[in-house]
Amino acid sequence: MAYVALSEAEKTYILHGVEDDFRCDGRSRRDYRPMDLETGLVSNASGSARLRLANTDILVGVKTEIDVPNPLTPEFGKLEFFVDCSANATPEFEGRGGSDLAQELILSLQNAYESPLAFNYRTLCLIPGQQCWKLYIDILILECGGNLHDAVSLAAKAALFNTKLPRVTATMLDAGITDLIISDNPYDCTRIGIETVPLLVTVCKIGDYVLVDPSAEEEVCSTVSMVVSVSMRNGQAFLSGTHLTGGGAMHRDTMRNCLELGLAIGEHLDRLLTKMLNLEQQRVGLKRPQIVGFLK
Amino acid sequence: MSGKYDLLSEQGLRLDGRRPHELRRIKCKLGVFEQPDGSAYMEQGNTKVLAAVYGPHQAKGNQTESVINCQYSQATFSTAERKNRPRGDRKSLEFKLYLQQALSAAIKSELYPRSQIDIYVEVLQDDGANYAVALNAATLALIDAGICLNEFIVACTASLSKSNIPLTDISQFEEVSGGPKLTVAALPTAEKIAFLEMSERFHIDHLETVIETAMAGCREIRDILEAAVKEHLLHMGSASDFAKVG
Repeated sequence: MAYVALSEAEKTYILHGVEDDFRCDGRSRRDYRPMDLETGLVSNASGSARLRLANTDILVGVKTEIDVPNPLTPEFGKLEFFVDCSANATPEFEGRGGSDLAQELILSLQNAYESPLAFNYRTLCLIPGQQCWKLYIDILILECGGNLHDAVSLAAKAALFNTKLPRVTATMLDAGITDLIISDNPYDCTRIGIETVPLLVTVCKIGDYVLVDPSAEEEVCSTVSMVVSVSMRNGQAFLSGTHLTGGGAMHRDTMRNCLELGLAIGEHLDRLLTKMLNLEQQRVGLKRPQIVGFLK
Repeated sequence: MSGKYDLLSEQGLRLDGRRPHELRRIKCKLGVFEQPDGSAYMEQGNTKVLAAVYGPHQAKGNQTESVINCQYSQATFSTAERKNRPRGDRKSLEFKLYLQQALSAAIKSELYPRSQIDIYVEVLQDDGANYAVALNAATLALIDAGICLNEFIVACTASLSKSNIPLTDISQFEEVSGGPKLTVAALPTAEKIAFLEMSERFHIDHLETVIETAMAGCREIRDILEAAVKEHLLHMGSASDFAKVG
């Protein structure tokens, strides 16, 4: 993680602020910092999204290709995550410097998406046992301002929403070899349902309290954090993965508080994200705002 | 010439409707990020590049001269076919050395002894002329960081059509269509060339013409970059009320 140097007095100040439910930037323990989300930035990718959470900046591109299904699960498509910690975020990420953080994020996302109930892999299947879609979700971290897990999962979900898979119009079978014909029309495409796609919520323990959306300074003050993966189904929040990070220990009561807070916040976050993505999709024609990207 | 396509139509227009000497549309933005000392974002057509500058800070090891450290990285989703690795391949190492060569000519290194300046470039979308756009973005990031430069260092690409008409600022399709590609990084005011690279084959009689075409493109890009820097300074200065400075 990006290095933030804090003195003991600064840490005490942050700790007292958390105890009084008034953080350094004026938030309560359950508040998120402001976010900017935009989709469709990268035209070379099938789907893309950019998320800016205060000063954390994530860019996600989704690449698609046709692959052979896993023999153990012939009816399922494939999903693969790749995280690139760009040196733009901090010089420590130069070369292979960010590989540890990247691997941690990849494992978090893989655990969250592992259950077929969290992500419907059947929709990516073309011909069982022979052909399926393979999605590469490539995550690019451009700035680290704390709370990477949440930002990464939100951007990945938005990019999946933005993904357009070309429609398969015909299938030709010749001597056991299958050939697919894909539509040339760029508007003739299928979209991926994201209702159950999970979100990660980082719940951070500082002192005797737990809080969400820790900034980089608050992450330094914390001894242990819990990353909760929340998946919505039929309007209800389910847990699809969880793990501790940070090296400290956690009492069972604190863990229960973390899970309850994480599920509640995850549910709220998912509703807001779905609402905003649908709102953006409805703006077509003249109402469609110009893609701004990094020029804002 | 063995080009597969003619890059110029009979009416004198290119495949994307430009005339031979026209640049693609350039948009740029300084101060994109907060943590780097300097940052810039640049779009030239569909090529999108982010640059970040850290430093000058203490150099690793024991050196008496200033060190310019560059890294060129390309997002795995930036190309039509997915890239397996963002950096570490031969092309990114090659571009890293090219960036170092060009930026060393522009930075006043004697002002920063025993210091290191890190310049990190990330290509978000690839549509040709990656090195030129990366260098232009790095120049803007250095200016945003307050690094002392001799002047703007600007890069531009040029090519030659089947009918031997020079083209400016070629796109990805024009690059892969078999035409020659010449990249020039120049200090336009001093009319010096800091970097020159050429691929494919063409007659030496056309070399001077193509270089001059690229230099003209560099001068035009320099004007665009200078306007962006002035607008950025105006924006930052008015936010803190010019009258109260000093």
